[in-house]
Amino acid sequence: MANNSTDMRANKKREFTELVAKYIFMFNATIAIISVVAIASFVFYKGLQPFFPGNAEGTYNFFDFITGLEWRPSDDPSQAKYGILFMIVGSIYATFGAILMGVPIGVLTAVFISEVAPKPVKMIVKPAVELLAGIPSVLYGVFGLGIIVPKIMTLSPQNQGQSLLAVMLVLTIMILPTVITISESAINAVPESYREGSLGLGASKIQTIFKVILPAAKSGILTGVVLGIGRAIGETMAVMLVAGNPIAGIPTEIWDKTRPLTTNIAMEMSYAFGLHQEMLFSTGVVLFTFIIIINLILNRLTHKVGEN
Amino acid sequence: MKKLLALILALSLITVLAGCGTDTTTEADTTPDTAVETPEATEPVAEATATEIEGTVTISGSTSVEKVGLGLAEEFMALNPSVTVTYESIGSSGGVKNANEGVTMIGTASREIKDTEKEWGMTEAVIAFDGIAVAVNPANGVTEITKDQVAAIYKGEITNWSEVGGADEDIVVVSREDGSGTRGAFEEILDFEGALTVNALIAEGNGNVQTTVASNPQAIGYISFSTINNTIVALKVDGAEATMENVLNQTFPISRPFNIVYHDANLSDAAKAFVEFIFTAEGQAVVEEKGGIPVK
Repeated sequence: MANNSTDMRANKKREFTELVAKYIFMFNATIAIISVVAIASFVFYKGLQPFFPGNAEGTYNFFDFITGLEWRPSDDPSQAKYGILFMIVGSIYATFGAILMGVPIGVLTAVFISEVAPKPVKMIVKPAVELLAGIPSVLYGVFGLGIIVPKIMTLSPQNQGQSLLAVMLVLTIMILPTVITISESAINAVPESYREGSLGLGASKIQTIFKVILPAAKSGILTGVVLGIGRAIGETMAVMLVAGNPIAGIPTEIWDKTRPLTTNIAMEMSYAFGLHQEMLFSTGVVLFTFIIIINLILNRLTHKVGEN
Repeated sequence: MKKLLALILALSLITVLAGCGTDTTTEADTTPDTAVETPEATEPVAEATATEIEGTVTISGSTSVEKVGLGLAEEFMALNPSVTVTYESIGSSGGVKNANEGVTMIGTASREIKDTEKEWGMTEAVIAFDGIAVAVNPANGVTEITKDQVAAIYKGEITNWSEVGGADEDIVVVSREDGSGTRGAFEEILDFEGALTVNALIAEGNGNVQTTVASNPQAIGYISFSTINNTIVALKVDGAEATMENVLNQTFPISRPFNIVYHDANLSDAAKAFVEFIFTAEGQAVVEEKGGIPVK
């Protein structure tokens, strides 16, 4: 009898600990969810206000906003222009360029690390990539301003180095760690039997890599690409220093200056008030929408990987 | 093997911790010395003001006023050791807004207070004047320019250096972000508000403009007098060198006031004393030392 009650007490105690642990986990998970909901509702609430009639700070036509080619805030509402199409295009170009250059470099680096490199070399390359991921983004910007921009200035037909190309190059370096790390895990996850089978059939190592391993790791690599896009489109500090940030003009060549959506917000938020500030939140809404789309794509991709 | 590693790690940790310990004792050794010195330094002031001022003074505003503001803050804190003065560089518009909303007690602006801001009914005072220098790269060659030419360049009407006596090269126009006090003052003085050329590079802060101009022979930028250094050349405007004397005798045409704004009700006793201090001979000497042009 006595024995039994000790058991029960032990059980009770265990149940209690389990319950406490469960709530601690839940509490922590709630913080993330609350943050995301709070940020999203705040940005959308502030950013959508100017497009509805009766807004205290003044209104602005949504169509003019999304198709406008000039950003010229003014205290006089009739003079102010808040067009962001040239920024949307700039952001997309910059991201696209970074992906175009960064993905091949990243995927080939991943192949090198996991398939080709001898162990001592791997021991150098891998930590280097990890370190690259840890460098604060403003330092990428300083590097871009000190090295890349002057170099581009000497090559460019225009007289300044701040350009779409500079942004692309900085972003290329910045997305490398993401692309490399995720591609590498995808390649490592390809079953050893695939390699053995391919080599056994007489295929060379290079043929095996390109015809068997990379196709098998496709979904994982795509996930890396999408995460790279997310990183590139959201990057702010590094880009601000090398973009040139003009107040108008869709970039038509890589030597042109560009003003990505993120830098528009970061540069002016501390100064802005009234309608100007709300329009910066509207820029944030557009950026947020991009990120949501990217995340939806990412979800689809990771589901696919799960099925495989 | 693992145990050995753990042992080594533990040992190194102990060494590091021991190191920290020594550091702390050295710090403790030095602290009393400074503590002894400070009262001596402040003694004359304590006599002068009779009552000890305590508390905090919070200031936010223009990046251009930062040097002068911080200089005044340091001097004031040295004279009144129980006062803490903080200066946050967030730009003129932000500073004025903060002062109005009571986020900070005092706001600073490196431009005239706008009509919309005047409606908020704050006390305004000019604490100094500043010139805005038109800067080019030392390799550029151009040394002189007129006010009208500067305006034309910033409006995009002049786009080649040969039109203002330089080489046959495109001009790279560098401006500041929207809301910057320097930009506001510059556009107002040169009368091209809202007409900045769409080709202008936008750099964030005086420092970034300076770096951009210093690294590009074809660039033209504008910066506060207090941030001029030898990496750039300040152009003569309408024949006048960019010097304090020329601002005061009004031959240098691009100058502006440094304003402070505040709601009287928001000021702490320390803040009131700080505002008074700015206009004393000592305060104005600090203004001059930090590159501003004193008002008294």
